[in-house]
Amino acid sequence: MSIPTRVLLVEDNPADADLVMEAFEREKISVVIDIVQDGQAALDYLYELEPEASSQRPDIILLDLNLPRKSGQEVLAEIKADASLKTIPVVILSTSALEEDILGTYNLHANGYVTKPGNLREYSKVAHGIDDFWFNIARLPRSPSWRTYTDQDQKNN
Amino acid sequence: MGQETRVLLVEDNPADVDLISEAFEREKVGINLNVVRDGQEAMDYLLGANKHTRPDLILLDLNLPRKDGRELLAELKEHPKLKIIPVVILTTSESEEDILVTYKLHANGYVTKPRNFSEYGKVIQGIDKFWFDLAKLPPQRNGNGPQIS
Repeated sequence: MSIPTRVLLVEDNPADADLVMEAFEREKISVVIDIVQDGQAALDYLYELEPEASSQRPDIILLDLNLPRKSGQEVLAEIKADASLKTIPVVILSTSALEEDILGTYNLHANGYVTKPGNLREYSKVAHGIDDFWFNIARLPRSPSWRTYTDQDQKNN
Repeated sequence: MGQETRVLLVEDNPADVDLISEAFEREKVGINLNVVRDGQEAMDYLLGANKHTRPDLILLDLNLPRKDGRELLAELKEHPKLKIIPVVILTTSESEEDILVTYKLHANGYVTKPRNFSEYGKVIQGIDKFWFDLAKLPPQRNGNGPQIS
């Protein structure tokens, strides 16, 4: 597939968002990353995607837990209760290593849980770990409308 | 953790079981692998598991005798205690419908079986790098795991 993987990064701390972006760039992992800075903005972003614009739909969501307006746990619960959004894999990316956060988010059907590392070099490991599984061997759900859209798009070109 | 990660492989085809366990060995991914052959056996195993046998991750084939992978997945993800265990689908099916349906049933990930032995190495590496090296797997508690003192 030549279409790059789309990632929605939900992260309120600009320094952390930069570290994530830089790690993917530095490791030459080809992704398109959109960033939203709070939980409500994440849900607005996802709900606003019209079916015809669903090539914008993220293939995977990286979700911080401590967020303004709406917490990561609330965002996760809403995504996983929504008939259309629930298929998008959500990987928690949080500084919290608390057992209750890990258990709580797996209970809410988080697809995976990763703790934020302390420095850029360790962020590379995070980017690679995500790449090795999610972008290289996992099959990610693409909505049927997305498929139709790109098929038509290609026919028109 | 200091303890080996426990993986439950739910797979009815002995040749695939061999390929997968050999790939884990060849890639030197140190895990404790248990194999069950159908969905019912998997459920029985999980319901009877204690802190020494409960898996940290389940690798689940879809087409299984007695209870198929989709049924088992649905049951697991509705079970109050078992739902937290990550389930990665490992199947020959490349059907878009199977991918969507299993993510809807809260599969944690979906991987298609490779066609030859050497490609199994890449699959096992990918699983290892994310799930065993990077991800925090759900801690076992309530008498089902090492207690925090």
